[in-house]
Amino acid sequence: MEVIKIKGTDDTPSVILDKENEIFEISGRSLPEDVTTFYEPILNWLDEYAENANAKTVFSFKLVYFNTASSKLLLDILMKLEEMYENGNDILIKWHYPEDDEDMEEAGEEYADIVDVPFEQVSYVL
Amino acid sequence: MDKHNVKGFLEFVYDFYRSMKAHEITLVYEGEITHQITKAFTSLTESNMAKQDESNTVQKKVFHVMVECLQNISKHADTFGSDDYLFAGRGIFMVSKGSEDYHVTTGNVIENRKIEELTEMLEEINSLDKEGLKQLYKKQMREGRLSEKGGAGLGFIDIARKTGNQLEYHFLPIDETSSFFLLSSSISRTL
Repeated sequence: MEVIKIKGTDDTPSVILDKENEIFEISGRSLPEDVTTFYEPILNWLDEYAENANAKTVFSFKLVYFNTASSKLLLDILMKLEEMYENGNDILIKWHYPEDDEDMEEAGEEYADIVDVPFEQVSYVL
Repeated sequence: MDKHNVKGFLEFVYDFYRSMKAHEITLVYEGEITHQITKAFTSLTESNMAKQDESNTVQKKVFHVMVECLQNISKHADTFGSDDYLFAGRGIFMVSKGSEDYHVTTGNVIENRKIEELTEMLEEINSLDKEGLKQLYKKQMREGRLSEKGGAGLGFIDIARKTGNQLEYHFLPIDETSSFFLLSSSISRTL
């Protein structure tokens, strides 16, 4: 399957979606000019991946900032993972947040409340 | 401009400068708010705050509020109405810094018919406590749709949550169809 590898900028996150090497990660800052256009290929990739997923999928979010428009699209990603989980796939979300960033920690807690999928909070030191 | 007018104008510039100083305005802009402008202003303010050793928490909150405020103007400022080009699809954006707080203030033209809905939304947000705002944010994220312009209807809620303060707002009439909408958010520097 095709690998998505997007290098982050000061307003778009780094994205790696690599089925073969089992890396699924979104990190950095997210305030793209057009959120829909930015996230569309990622959502499409996940649809294709869902048809033939790995035995286990660990999806990592390691964002330092995202705007409200991005928050909606991040939920769309999580809902796709939730759907895969409901269909019997082994899914784990890892939500990484900077140790001193309560807002980012809370954002993870909120997503964990909304979607029904195994969710792990991981703090790290910047 | 003749000589007399030039002098008058330069005196105005000095008064303007003094007002900015008096109100501790660190950034003021009037015009179209584009993505490039948003990026430039946020990075400028970020580097200023870093220089002044503002805490990470305060820096992040100011950044959040600035982005949402700027995007509100770029997505919602109305271009119609009075044919006055001064108001077309643009707004005023201002950051000021006091000894206790940062203030982010925006102003833009909106259609009068939107005032009622906007007031209801702002009043609902102002009536909620921390937990209420959290629930509203989650509800809006689940149920809301992204508008054509990419608005998620979450900006005001996010500002209220990040600042922990009420949203101060005001409408000033322009003519029968439009008003000037002013919104000010404060972020405590002692977080």
